[in-house]
Amino acid sequence: MITRHWRRRHNLYKLVGSRCRSCGRVFYPYSQRCIYCGSREVEQARLEGDARLVSYSIVYSVSDEAKYEAPVILGMVDIGGVKVIAELTDVSPGEVEAGMSLEPVLRRVTVNGESGLIYYAVKFRPRLGGSGSGGD
Amino acid sequence: MPDSRPEHKAGIHGWGAYIPRYRLPLKLIASTWGWAEDQYKGLNVVQKAIAGPDEDSTTMGYEAALNAIKRAGIDPAEIGAVFFGTESKPYAVKPSATIIAEALGITPITMATDLEFACRAASEAMRTSIGLVSSGMLKYTLVIGSDTAQAQPGDVLEFTAASGAAAFIIGPSEGAAAVFEGSYTYVTDTPDFWRRSLQPYPRHGEGFTGEPAYFHHIISSVRGLLEELGLKPSDFDYAIFHQPNGKFPVRVGLRLGFSMEQIEPGLVTPEIGNTYNASALLGLARVLDKAKPGERILVAPFGSGAGSDAYSIVVTDRVEEKKGRAPTVEEYIGRGVEVDYGFYLRYRGKIKLMPR
Repeated sequence: MITRHWRRRHNLYKLVGSRCRSCGRVFYPYSQRCIYCGSREVEQARLEGDARLVSYSIVYSVSDEAKYEAPVILGMVDIGGVKVIAELTDVSPGEVEAGMSLEPVLRRVTVNGESGLIYYAVKFRPRLGGSGSGGD
Repeated sequence: MPDSRPEHKAGIHGWGAYIPRYRLPLKLIASTWGWAEDQYKGLNVVQKAIAGPDEDSTTMGYEAALNAIKRAGIDPAEIGAVFFGTESKPYAVKPSATIIAEALGITPITMATDLEFACRAASEAMRTSIGLVSSGMLKYTLVIGSDTAQAQPGDVLEFTAASGAAAFIIGPSEGAAAVFEGSYTYVTDTPDFWRRSLQPYPRHGEGFTGEPAYFHHIISSVRGLLEELGLKPSDFDYAIFHQPNGKFPVRVGLRLGFSMEQIEPGLVTPEIGNTYNASALLGLARVLDKAKPGERILVAPFGSGAGSDAYSIVVTDRVEEKKGRAPTVEEYIGRGVEVDYGFYLRYRGKIKLMPR
């Protein structure tokens, strides 16, 4: 877990995905092999642009570690045409809505008990000062 | 005669705030613990900002720093030092500054360290930064003050201990939104507030935190600065002090000869509580959100243990172009959502679950 997270820290902290030099597609998370055409000609690409919630799932049955923040809302987020699966934060089940404008934030994603490591990664929250669905 | 103080060579290129979303009204703490209204009304705090369960001083400091970099309009790789001032480090050993530096794209050619001096660690980082920048050793530094303040449930501290962060990019005076004019530090060994190793909550000397600690140190640093610069309170447009509650900063300001008109714009604690390392610095960020070129700001953070720094800062015409590049303190204050005491206990991890 330590080395896996450490190797991927740029991707997890900064929304760095992959761009395939063969087929030109961009995807997230980063992988050395293109998920579309299988090419290994892949470079790192930072995801830019407006983020919107495409779809979401509210998870009420969570592990003990996640009980402090339950329910967990998992979102499929569109950033400039690239789909990202990530947790949503600073939003309640009554507020979440497909189409809402989001922005990436850095949050804790996993905490290994009271003495283990704290893992940080990007989550998404409703854009500050932004609207619900429909526009910025 | 041009002033030869090194402070003149350094300024604030960007400022950034972060205040979490959740607000706990003080009346709910009072009703939980059986306090009468007149026992806490004098604090002049209505509600306090609470961090979410996935937030800590590192994540809050990251967002404030991101906002400061946006306002500075610089390449993060140009930052040569990341100073993280906090008294709520997520790790006792392992720097938060490196996590933030990595996430912001500042690594690897940079200094990075966490500093501790109760509520004024970040302020000391600001004075350190003036030295590093004015000497020409570094071009830019990043100063972050961030805390998820802890308080023993039921203690008077619980009424004010809040969460928030503020960050500043310090760089050469050329191109800065505000330029330092002078700085002054006053510290003594005064044990007014402390937290021992491995203890979850701090302890304090009740009334001892006032006169010999907060008031003596702030009054000494501010008077020292004014004397050194040959300035008087009426020379300033704004006066910002550390804000452990909504009462002390007003009292210390008036006692030093400042007016409510100078103190009010930088007061944030009445609306969000005491954000410790971010307390006075969020006040500075709020003032910079509104300040006009040519205005002069006094800011005097305080940290228990005890010490205070005083700074005189003059706003330049570059402030205007930077204001709209990141959310203001006002916008963060305005996004608050009220929560109850049970929610606060769960979100801040104060309910212990039995391991299965």
